[in-house]
Amino acid sequence: MADPMVVVDDLHVVYRVYGAGGDRGTAATAMLRMMRRQRRPSVREVHAIRGVSFVAHRGDAVGVIGRNGSGKSTLLRAIAGLLPAERGAVYTDGHGALLGVNAALLEDLTGDKNVILGCLAMGMSRQEVRDRYPQIVDFSGVGDFINLPMKTYSTGMGSRLRFAIASAKSHDVLLVDEALATGDAEFRQKSRRRIDELRGQAGTVFLVAHNLAEIEENCNRVIWLEKGEIVQAGDDVPAIIDAYLLASGGEPRVREPAQTSPAQA
Amino acid sequence: MSGSRNGDRGQLSGPGALRGRGTMSGPGGLAAPGSLTDQAEPGATADGALTSQNTMIPEGDLAELARSYGLKPSAARPPLIEYMKRVWSRRYFITGFATAQNVAMYTEARLGQVWQILTPLLNVAVYYLIFGLILDTKRGVPDFIAFLVIGVFVFNFTQRSFIISSRVMFDSLPLIRALYFPRACLPLGYVLIELQQLAISLVVIFATVLAVGQPVTWDWLLIIPILVMQTLFNVGAAFILARFGAGFDDVSQLLPFIVRTWFYASGVMFSIQTFKNLSLHPTIAKVLQYNPAAIYMTLVRDVLLKSQRQSMPGTQPFNRLLCTQYYDPPAYSATRWPTRAAYDKFLNANLFNSAHCHAVVSMDNLWLFGALWAVVILVVGFIFFWRAEVQYGRG
Repeated sequence: MADPMVVVDDLHVVYRVYGAGGDRGTAATAMLRMMRRQRRPSVREVHAIRGVSFVAHRGDAVGVIGRNGSGKSTLLRAIAGLLPAERGAVYTDGHGALLGVNAALLEDLTGDKNVILGCLAMGMSRQEVRDRYPQIVDFSGVGDFINLPMKTYSTGMGSRLRFAIASAKSHDVLLVDEALATGDAEFRQKSRRRIDELRGQAGTVFLVAHNLAEIEENCNRVIWLEKGEIVQAGDDVPAIIDAYLLASGGEPRVREPAQTSPAQA
Repeated sequence: MSGSRNGDRGQLSGPGALRGRGTMSGPGGLAAPGSLTDQAEPGATADGALTSQNTMIPEGDLAELARSYGLKPSAARPPLIEYMKRVWSRRYFITGFATAQNVAMYTEARLGQVWQILTPLLNVAVYYLIFGLILDTKRGVPDFIAFLVIGVFVFNFTQRSFIISSRVMFDSLPLIRALYFPRACLPLGYVLIELQQLAISLVVIFATVLAVGQPVTWDWLLIIPILVMQTLFNVGAAFILARFGAGFDDVSQLLPFIVRTWFYASGVMFSIQTFKNLSLHPTIAKVLQYNPAAIYMTLVRDVLLKSQRQSMPGTQPFNRLLCTQYYDPPAYSATRWPTRAAYDKFLNANLFNSAHCHAVVSMDNLWLFGALWAVVILVVGFIFFWRAEVQYGRG
């Protein structure tokens, strides 16, 4: 088996939601609060991840499934280092790139500038950016929109361009949070090939999707989360997906008899 | 619930063996006693016979495993030197980011980037009218209009750096969350935007200085080290404000109020060196003159305006009579001055008698403290920002 790439050791994540009472305060009250070093009033704690442990290896594509609010996105953000662990830890090599559904990187700038700046931010040299630029634009398929500000893009176009930028560099860990869901069939084909490539380059891909077919096509492992805990995790992807469907009151997926998960093949 | 939390370390060695790779074949190996905590509960709802099953945990201590493969905690902060190297390696990102934002900032205004100049110029007009003429702060300041223009544009550089850097981490959340790069690039980029705008402001400053009839001198070159000091100070302050601004929204709410107080206290539209009321309160005058914004403003005025150099307190030997006469010029009397024009000439000459007063802070000290502020704030700001590196983008 390949080397471990992401080790999640008894991870607990607690969100603190500020201002749940909706009180913004005036400049004067805010200053008083700062002087007294008080926290904002009405802090609510949400225990989003409760003791999750697993190991993902180089070349793995790990699907994360579960109902809304089960902690899927939180888990990905914790792996990306964007959320602090209350207890436990996430160990990785290098830095993950996290792709969510939000529409733009730098929304006031053109797609073209987003490509260049995104690549530079990831640490490419200017020459590398020049070399990769045509591929990225071509892969994103946004066409003439590349010269328009990214805020004018449709959700689908925005996520295509972002996926194209983020996947241009071979990341050790790529975290995809529903970012492919808004793409069309052609783009999903392309992104699947790109994910396979990244896995081939010994990267690890995490995929959150409500489209279970997408998980089954892309992933060789799957984690089923419920209320911040792992219900099932393992490499029998179809079995876990069926168990999840059954638990949420659905029917098992209908598969072609001969079909095996391509990720396993 | 709490049972599973405190028992997890122990569980790994116990049921970990059962939950190892071998168990994935069937549910037979599952029912280890340790794992029958609430973790099992959701699984049980899925299928009465199933409990939580996780075949992705190998045997042994996970932290140990991670260490043995050289994996690091994902929320670990890089060492300071390494961090500085990473920032340096992103220098083209910083400059590209600044240039692109600078162009995009005004695309929705019809006059476009003209507003970069127009806004401060309109401010100059307002201050000239209200402070210069109505409140008469222009009295006692030679070439007041050039004095005011320099003050407004130089302060504007620091003011804008402060305001936008308090929002930078919030405004860039999508970028921060999507890609990894040293976050210090963002405040740096924003100050660079303001530096690019300052370059345009300088054209206005030089034009005004020439328009009021001040000579071009070699001293003008000294504006370069002054602006370098001011930029370093702004960068340091931007780091501090960026970290505060990322933490609480309150900062960006409060900041305009704080900056405005600072603006009025720094002598943008009156001279803190020669303002009469301040000459009666030397301690307050000292505090105001040592503040960094006032230092950079005073230094720029001093190198660009010959009339400032000639009228700066302390540049001539102390002379009580002339100094007093500067603050309280005698009223017009027909016996002393044959014509009104002669009296006006006397008043104009009297403007420079402030040079015979004691300096509250010497020019040498202004340079020294200008440099000190820049270095100290830059170092403190960078370290302060770096210490929270892994926290940006959270929330």
